[in-house]
Amino acid sequence: MIGVGKAKQYANVLDRPIGKGKQEVSLSAFAFLFSELVQYNQLQVDNIAELERRLEDAGYAVGARVLELLCHREKEGDTAIGYSFFHTQHRHCDMMAQWASHRARVADSLEKGTEHEDEYMISEKELLVNRFISIPKDMGAFNCGAFVAGIVRGVLDNAGFPAVVTAHFVPVDGQHRPRTTILIKFAEEGTLDFQSLKKQRYRYCNEKQDWINRRENWSNGFGMLTYLLAS
Amino acid sequence: MAAIYSLYIINKSGGLIFYKDYGSAGRMDTNDSLRLASLWHSMHAISQQLSPVSGCFGIELLQADTFDLHCFQSLTGTKFFVVCEPGTQHMENLLKHIYELYTDYVLKNPFYEMEMPIRCELFEISLAQAVQKERVSLLGR
Repeated sequence: MIGVGKAKQYANVLDRPIGKGKQEVSLSAFAFLFSELVQYNQLQVDNIAELERRLEDAGYAVGARVLELLCHREKEGDTAIGYSFFHTQHRHCDMMAQWASHRARVADSLEKGTEHEDEYMISEKELLVNRFISIPKDMGAFNCGAFVAGIVRGVLDNAGFPAVVTAHFVPVDGQHRPRTTILIKFAEEGTLDFQSLKKQRYRYCNEKQDWINRRENWSNGFGMLTYLLAS
Repeated sequence: MAAIYSLYIINKSGGLIFYKDYGSAGRMDTNDSLRLASLWHSMHAISQQLSPVSGCFGIELLQADTFDLHCFQSLTGTKFFVVCEPGTQHMENLLKHIYELYTDYVLKNPFYEMEMPIRCELFEISLAQAVQKERVSLLGR
């Protein structure tokens, strides 16, 4: 852990490191910040596809950083998250029931695409970023989940699994609000890596292990990512 | 029988930004509702000036033979008011709740322009739920 056991006295308050504080972020603060992000990008573009792309790019930068952070924070108890993903993945299971036992809330479901081998879907009843957002009628199928899709792409890409990630609204029977599905389509090389994954023994990254395998990196990142999106 | 007749939200310059009719007897068209909103805005302002005691924040309740008008003004000057059946209780709570919904679903929506008419699907959905809940509890009393 960084900074542990160094209870230094700082003369100037500005030199003092930021306290750890609560591990929670106010939903309102996040909603306003995200709203500003969308509004700012809206001013910079002249069509909706461009806006979607810009949001995704913003998310990509977050994803790349988040991957690193999550690997650093990884603890032994959490390794099962990534591991269970491999397990279900090569048994071609649809749901990741094991996740639920490790985390209070995970994404509503992670499904494997039925039509294509290399497609995965993360479904969310209500995406955090979309909680307060109503899309105007004239914007059609625009989804602010593009930001989240960008995060997913950032994590995957930096873990060595290039993918195309998109966010879509999917109507649900009997529900007024459509759910958001994040569609992950892996690039060719990503799928190849998948096959070799099962041969690898999964190890969590501890502080002594200075070399973190890219693939393991990915497995940690993905599990944590879905947790992040859902929390 | 509807206890709540209609709901208005007016911005700080007196423009009507939201109007919802819940089955009032004399139906009003868009022009009427706009006129009522700006009229109420001015009356509210005048009442503050006319008040014999200092620190008056304007009319909160207007009672007439056939209706009651409950008004809530937020600190930023946005006014929410409901027209309802005479003697309807607990309207202050409903108005505060509507204010809460407004801050959540309107102000946090990046596609809403400040001071402009409210066209937010989520706001309308949760508003309908709030009014429905209020109606059920009014019937239960």
